[in-house]
Amino acid sequence: MLAVQHAASAPDPLSVPSNAPEHCPGTESELAGKADACAGCANQEICASGVTRGPDPALPLVRERMSTVKRKILVLSGKGGVGKSTFTAQLGWAFAADEDTQTGIMDVDICGPSIPTILGLATEQVHSSSSGWSPVYVQDNLGVMSVGFMLPSSKDAVMWRGPKKNGLISQFLKDVDWGALDYLIVDTPPGTSDEHLSIVTYLRDSGIDGAVVITTPQEVALQDVRREIDFCRKVGIKVLGLVENMSGFVCPKCKGESQIFKPSTGGGRRLAQDMNVSFLGSVPLDPRIGKSADYGVSFLDEYPDSPATTAYLEIIDKIKQQLDVL
Amino acid sequence: MTEVADTPVGRRLQHVKHIIIVCSGKGGVGKSSVSTQLALSLRGSSPNARVGILDIDLTGPSIPRMLGLDGHPVHQSSDGWVPVHADGSEARLVCMSVGFLLKKKEDSVVWRGPKKNAMIRQFLSDVRWGELDYLVIDTPPGTSDEHLSLIEHMAPVHSRLSAVIVTTPQAVALLDAMKCLSFTRAVNLPLLGLIENMSGYVCPCCGEVSNVFSTGGGEEMARREGIKFLGSLPVDTELVTLLDAAEPSPLSDGVTSGVNGDTNSASTFALWQRYQQTPTASLFSKMAEEIVRTLARDEGSATTPSE
Repeated sequence: MLAVQHAASAPDPLSVPSNAPEHCPGTESELAGKADACAGCANQEICASGVTRGPDPALPLVRERMSTVKRKILVLSGKGGVGKSTFTAQLGWAFAADEDTQTGIMDVDICGPSIPTILGLATEQVHSSSSGWSPVYVQDNLGVMSVGFMLPSSKDAVMWRGPKKNGLISQFLKDVDWGALDYLIVDTPPGTSDEHLSIVTYLRDSGIDGAVVITTPQEVALQDVRREIDFCRKVGIKVLGLVENMSGFVCPKCKGESQIFKPSTGGGRRLAQDMNVSFLGSVPLDPRIGKSADYGVSFLDEYPDSPATTAYLEIIDKIKQQLDVL
Repeated sequence: MTEVADTPVGRRLQHVKHIIIVCSGKGGVGKSSVSTQLALSLRGSSPNARVGILDIDLTGPSIPRMLGLDGHPVHQSSDGWVPVHADGSEARLVCMSVGFLLKKKEDSVVWRGPKKNAMIRQFLSDVRWGELDYLVIDTPPGTSDEHLSLIEHMAPVHSRLSAVIVTTPQAVALLDAMKCLSFTRAVNLPLLGLIENMSGYVCPCCGEVSNVFSTGGGEEMARREGIKFLGSLPVDTELVTLLDAAEPSPLSDGVTSGVNGDTNSASTFALWQRYQQTPTASLFSKMAEEIVRTLARDEGSATTPSE
């Protein structure tokens, strides 16, 4: 189903093997090979011998690769379809607008990569060289890596369980020739599961500068975003702030503003207050944002007059300020 | 399928006639909203229909909120978990979600694959679904652990499975819907059809229809791929508000006064009453009818219907 080019074949970075029993304590656990669940597992002997308990062999490689990356930012949201990838792309474009700033975008949404389309790179392929996989460049200071560049056809489903996804994420971090970067922006899938745990684990040593959390105004989305902020706290990631997307729609005909997704419980602003994170701003719903994403062009450049552009730029400024202080 | 009853899942789902999996590659396209509407409409499709709704979006469960069941506890009986009744004593719409098992609403469920797999198996094998005409399963975005586990555990009842794909009209969403379609083909899951959600938005001030997320992409994809197009649903703010469990919409004051939020009140199923007044309900009921027809036809050709 999926053909991925393999660069240097690395030791298996999995903490839970793909054929593990369901209560597998993890190969690095004290209980590895000794828990009840281990009885009958094909890997029991290896685990029990203790060789698996050392730190993940990928970690030093990731640390080395990331040593030339100044700022690492995650874009998160518990909910899908709130605009994580769109925001990631705008953030990338805005950072890269300064030609002295080197920016990288890493898409760890393995099952539904949108970044290639949004950045207009849908047909690109990854190339590998002696120094690793080379990112695909939007412009000379904006490099991108996504599983979307590795699929023979965009129709192909990536039907992978967690361990395989983790393996690819570690490769994105250690095998991609990112070079010296001022910013690495990581776009994540919805939820709080394998991809999120992996990226946090792999980047723990190198340090994550913070996470931008995206939401939409309705309670159904806010519920998931609360969980995401809870996740950030559990794993010790600083929340740079909350962005509310799709807040209010301005009719192109009558210019009247209406709420498509009503903030029935106070929206993002209230949530930010309740959970004590900073509120970075709201971006109104502009149909041209989605259109730009489909065509792979920068919304900020195409429609500089849109109120959404102003909102985006203000939010990005706030993020930059926060990062500069760090 | 002689070995149907041989696994706990097979035994538990023995009396479930049809299992409908609602999926989409992309998040936030309205899977949960479609699942909820489908369950409501199927329940309304006949006076005796019993419907179950299972939410396997473990890290972002939305179904409890949409059915107005936030914070309901799940009871454990000697014979397994009792699903939560959305319509009170009528018990024709029963629901199970990880959301009912969380202590606080902001608790995050940070699980890797194997634990998700175990939870899904438990949902399928330990919940007392009883006799159901339809079991609607709401899935998380993607094609990963949850989906693979679901298909694996449901292998004993595979002949009763079918899927509905939800998408929005933009290219970015269609791309993921295409992946989802490839998934259903890879695991041999019969497809009931494609629903295009959020297709157009009617401005409440001037009535102008804006294609907020473009339009027509779903129908085009269905034609290209030779799958059934069930229809498109516009953005309906009344529905959004209703499923977000906000204040009752002004239209339904008469029905719900005094029982706002208490969908468990015995006599009327307030959510259903209010849902029927949304503009989307009539559009959706046509899709539900189509699904019922397709399932009945397939059932007729495969086995003898039990009714």
